[in-house]
Amino acid sequence: MNRSFSWWLQLAVTLLTAAFLIVPAIQSILAGLTVSYFRGLSSGLTLKWITRVWELYADSIFLSLWLAVSCLVVTLVIGVPAAYALARNPGRLSRVLEEFISLPLAVPGLALALALLQLYGTVTGFRTSWTFILVGHVLYTLPFMVRSVLAVLMAMDFKTLEESAATLGATAPTRFWTIIVPNAMPGILAGALTVVTLSIGEFNLTWMLHTPYLKTLPVGLADSYASMRLEVASAYTLIFFVMIVPLLMAMQWATARAQRIAQ
Amino acid sequence: MTLTVKNTAKTFPDGTRALLPTDLTVGEGEILSLLGPSGCGKTTLLRIIAGLEQPDAGSRVFFGETDVTGLAVERRNVGMVFQSYALFPNMSVRANVGYGLKVRHVPKAERDRRVDEVLQLCRLADYADRPVQALSGGQQQRVALARAVAPRPKILLLDEPLSALDAALRDSLRDELAAMLRQFRITAVFVTHDQAEALAIADRIAVMSEGELQQVGAPEDLYHAPASAFVARFIGNAIPLTGERDNGALILKGGRLELAENSANKEVYVRAESIRLDPEGSLAGVVETAVFSGGHYRLAIRDVLSDGALLQAHHPGKTAPKSGDTVRLSISPSDLLYLSDQPSGPK
Amino acid sequence: MTSRTFVAACLVPLAAFTLAFLALPLVRLLQGSVETEAGWAIYLQILQKPRYLETLVNTVLVSLAVSVTALLISTVAGVFLARNRFFGRGLLLSILTLPLAFPGVVVGFMIILLGGRQGLFNQLLPGHVVFAYSLTGLFLGYLYFSIPRVLLTVMAAVEKLDPALEEAARTLGASPLRVVVDVILPGLAPSLVAAGAIAFATAMGAFGTAFTLATNIDVLPMVIYTEFTLSANIAMASALSVLLGLVTWVLLLAARSFTGTTVAAGG
Ligand SMILES: Nc1ncnc2c1ncn2[C@@H]1O[C@H](COP(=O)(O)OP(=O)(O)O)[C@@H](O)[C@H]1O
Ligand SMILES: [Mg+2]
Repeated sequence: MNRSFSWWLQLAVTLLTAAFLIVPAIQSILAGLTVSYFRGLSSGLTLKWITRVWELYADSIFLSLWLAVSCLVVTLVIGVPAAYALARNPGRLSRVLEEFISLPLAVPGLALALALLQLYGTVTGFRTSWTFILVGHVLYTLPFMVRSVLAVLMAMDFKTLEESAATLGATAPTRFWTIIVPNAMPGILAGALTVVTLSIGEFNLTWMLHTPYLKTLPVGLADSYASMRLEVASAYTLIFFVMIVPLLMAMQWATARAQRIAQ
Repeated sequence: MTLTVKNTAKTFPDGTRALLPTDLTVGEGEILSLLGPSGCGKTTLLRIIAGLEQPDAGSRVFFGETDVTGLAVERRNVGMVFQSYALFPNMSVRANVGYGLKVRHVPKAERDRRVDEVLQLCRLADYADRPVQALSGGQQQRVALARAVAPRPKILLLDEPLSALDAALRDSLRDELAAMLRQFRITAVFVTHDQAEALAIADRIAVMSEGELQQVGAPEDLYHAPASAFVARFIGNAIPLTGERDNGALILKGGRLELAENSANKEVYVRAESIRLDPEGSLAGVVETAVFSGGHYRLAIRDVLSDGALLQAHHPGKTAPKSGDTVRLSISPSDLLYLSDQPSGPK
Repeated sequence: MTSRTFVAACLVPLAAFTLAFLALPLVRLLQGSVETEAGWAIYLQILQKPRYLETLVNTVLVSLAVSVTALLISTVAGVFLARNRFFGRGLLLSILTLPLAFPGVVVGFMIILLGGRQGLFNQLLPGHVVFAYSLTGLFLGYLYFSIPRVLLTVMAAVEKLDPALEEAARTLGASPLRVVVDVILPGLAPSLVAAGAIAFATAMGAFGTAFTLATNIDVLPMVIYTEFTLSANIAMASALSVLLGLVTWVLLLAARSFTGTTVAAGG
């Protein structure tokens, strides 16, 4: 086919951009698996660095997973009923509330962390516990859960479904469990995957809220970038990729599916 | 169970007076149709009966002797078929139909038995385990009905249950629905804007207009003795005849039309099926169009009415005059409708 | 339980959490910013002290440069990917959206791998090519996480454009370039403005990348961090946070009222 010059130019821009994004990621994967980054691949492949990371940072990986799961549970418990209530009362007040809980998307994590630290920094038992970090993660991920569920609810005629369940004798809580939750499932799933993905990768808030005994994966990464040799930092990054990339893909798939339904 | 609505009205928060104070009684096992043009308040009245809408202060709804006005919808034990059917997309046909029994904690064995029974009655047994999205419109409509009747409601409410279907299907399902409703023997209120549906299904029809009941009665009564011009127009499409009065007759552009006695000071209406082609007829007109529609021809005739409109007539013969032919017409004085100038109001 | 009380009860957890961990802390932050003798005048000081003003200007300039560059690149790539089907397109798309889930620290590390002392460029090119720890490094890092966000917004907008408009322009004899200028870009304009605002606001608040690069360029989040941890100047750190938060929030609000979308932001 006869392509124009502009077509090739666009292709070049696209490929260069992709290279810019992927080359360092490949570098880090390779560096994490080679004996010596400086001597290159010819020095041979090894799992030494990965083992090293595991010895040094396994705790941070488990803490991140634990935080992600806890964060998911909390956002489900708070977010799904809230999305339903917001959908039931689509007034000005709901818009304001939705806007307000979405603040953590707009306001930098650093500012939020400072705010939390100033108010609760002196509550020792809370300040030093993992729940303090959890609060930060929930703050940041909750709007995604609420919006995701809200979008699916608004797209279906859930009011009539609920009314028909009511005429059949279902009370409000029964209607919520048997009609709202199952039908909002695509939105809940998309929201859940987003929450887990974002929680595992969250750094800005966590860096300010964490204590020396409570390091999450990204905090550990920052630590390794500053103080470990490049191969260890790379191996750690590789582990992070292995965790986050499938999650990201699942999240994108679920979000696209929920959006299809929401149309 | 009889249904009584007393002094029931609804004003929406935006000020819309969707329903003016209304009294209505539906007898035990009776099928009543609420008939009226779109926006006249039918759905509003139905939703008030269901408990989905809170009526204005002073309104009263009784199921039998019980005042249910303040009772929450889920405790009224009504069955409702929604205009959009509102089938639960997350459930199979069987789960939809069994939902009302399940949330009332009917034991599983009993529930299955009753669901099977209803599925059988509604000819849905073959589709029991399908997801509801996989059904045709007509089947979905039957699922909605089956779901509404499965918990054995005291009152069955149907909001334009046929309007979501395409025209061809609608006609064939109308009689089927009528037969099924009779089978259930449940007091039922059936909302529609289609007079043919109301005539085919209802024991009695309540005609509504702009939030008010115009007339309540058997289909035949409404057809033959409409209480107001609105009812006459809405049921059977009667049109007004206007002209000079001359000694018990009406002078139209197309000739002189004899009226019945006591017709002075009353408006005169006629329906297409009351007009006959008659060589001896006193009226004359020119055929504008003649359309064959199966059982009869629909003729549109000009130069009969004084206001210049076309007169519609049904001609049952095997052949029809052609466009441009001059024809003579007669209308028996007893087939004309004589209505007071003032609409008689709620009755 | 009536329907009304149940719906109200559904909001209780959210209300409690938001009040305790968002509303009150933000009030405390504002309060914390005016707790010194300076009081509200601390906000004036930001504009008067050269160190803060310079930081502010730097941050805005870098963020602006990043937004414009990201818009240019992502619009070209986005329109190209949305309008062409070819082998490997899916892979390319995955690569271009991959950094969505990378926290700022990881992005910083990516830039170090490219332009750090042991970086790719320093190894491949003769001479000492190290740019990771400079303004260039910061710029590239911000670009790295901005491109995927802008790209997704652009592609979503391209997909919503009516192809019939383009075809109509073609049949009227417009060259491909004219079609882009006359039909595609005007159609994309609202999304481009919104995506630009999102990129700008994200860059303004980005912390992890600057932190990892340990750059010698002062950007607002880094200054807030050092004011808080090293100088223990809590009031100034709070005031700068309030200012930064206000700017990014207003920007994103404006962007959203433009298109009604936001792309999930990573750290
Ligand atoms: N929730 C509402 N708020 C305000 N007005 C309404 C509402 N629901 C219905 N209406 C108005 O009330 C009138 C009657 O509506 P409805 O009962 O739905 O009519 P029908 O079912 O006969 O078509 C209409 O004018 C409609 O616009
Ligand atoms: Mg209606």
